[in-house]
Amino acid sequence: MQPTGTLMAGKRGLITGVANDRSIAWGIAKTVAAQGGEIAFTYQGEALKKRVLPLAESLGSDIILPCDVTEPESVDAVFDTLKERWGKIDFLVHAIAYSDKTQLKGRYIDTTADNFARTMLISCYSFTAMARRAEALMNDGGSMITLSYIGAEKMIPHYNVMGVAKAALEASVKYLAVDLGRSNIRVNALSAGPIKTLAASGVGDFRYILKWAELNSPLRRNVTIEEVGGSATFLLSDLASGVTGELLHVDSGYHVMGMKAVDAPDIMAP
Amino acid sequence: MSDIAERVKKIVIEHLGVEEDKVTENASFIEDLGADSLDTVELVMAFEEEFGCEIPDDAAEKIQTVKDAIDFISKAS
Repeated sequence: MQPTGTLMAGKRGLITGVANDRSIAWGIAKTVAAQGGEIAFTYQGEALKKRVLPLAESLGSDIILPCDVTEPESVDAVFDTLKERWGKIDFLVHAIAYSDKTQLKGRYIDTTADNFARTMLISCYSFTAMARRAEALMNDGGSMITLSYIGAEKMIPHYNVMGVAKAALEASVKYLAVDLGRSNIRVNALSAGPIKTLAASGVGDFRYILKWAELNSPLRRNVTIEEVGGSATFLLSDLASGVTGELLHVDSGYHVMGMKAVDAPDIMAP
Repeated sequence: MSDIAERVKKIVIEHLGVEEDKVTENASFIEDLGADSLDTVELVMAFEEEFGCEIPDDAAEKIQTVKDAIDFISKAS
């Protein structure tokens, strides 16, 4: 059961990156909606459109737009529509990433130049591109968040080029926080623990990563999309009005561990 | 029909929104039941959840028909 309230009442914004009802962005959308926020959604391609439409409609959204971040005009069109419909926005959730799946297993060193550039463009630069357009619509200040993973800070098996892109994304959050601070726009990142999403199914040995995090996190369990949604809603709401440039770990505390938990069994990847 | 076959078919019917009589054992998710490539990943995730088993990537790629799914899950559980 979703806790309800008015933390986001009167606020409108864009949530990208919903693929299905297991998506982290969906966990954020449900929580924002339950706190009174009004949401526009984007989807990339027809396969995702049919998944996003019913979910968005179930939250009463009627702004559901195509967006391919590799095409600047398509990003322009999204923000043009938001300006037309709402005049301004209060929040932006960036939950977009891509890499060729064949390079999300094995050695990072084998990443190709093409996939490196494409992964960086879609997983890192797209946040900057959206932030610039969102700035123009955040006349009364605002809050933006993006999603990262501990693979940006430490080596996680198979995360490879995505870890490098997330490191760049986390760095860009700091630069954006300074650029937008004078306009009272806050920029933060959430580092979520591993969650079994459609996107995660592309990462090699993901079940092993999931199990390892469950056995070795201080809370001895994995996090849910609703828990990430709760922390995201905090950052998007006025409760976090003094917080910008921050990386908030929503990972059962896993990021503080320096070695495996003493009582955790040794497990092997299949 | 076995219990596993019933449960597999129920998941396929619900997930793909197809009629029950189309979900025969030899039906291919993509060719006969209109699934896209994301559906096949989502189906595997739904099977794992329903049966509490793990379907590794290389096995998942080989699950293309209703029968493939029933056979894998019967062996795994």
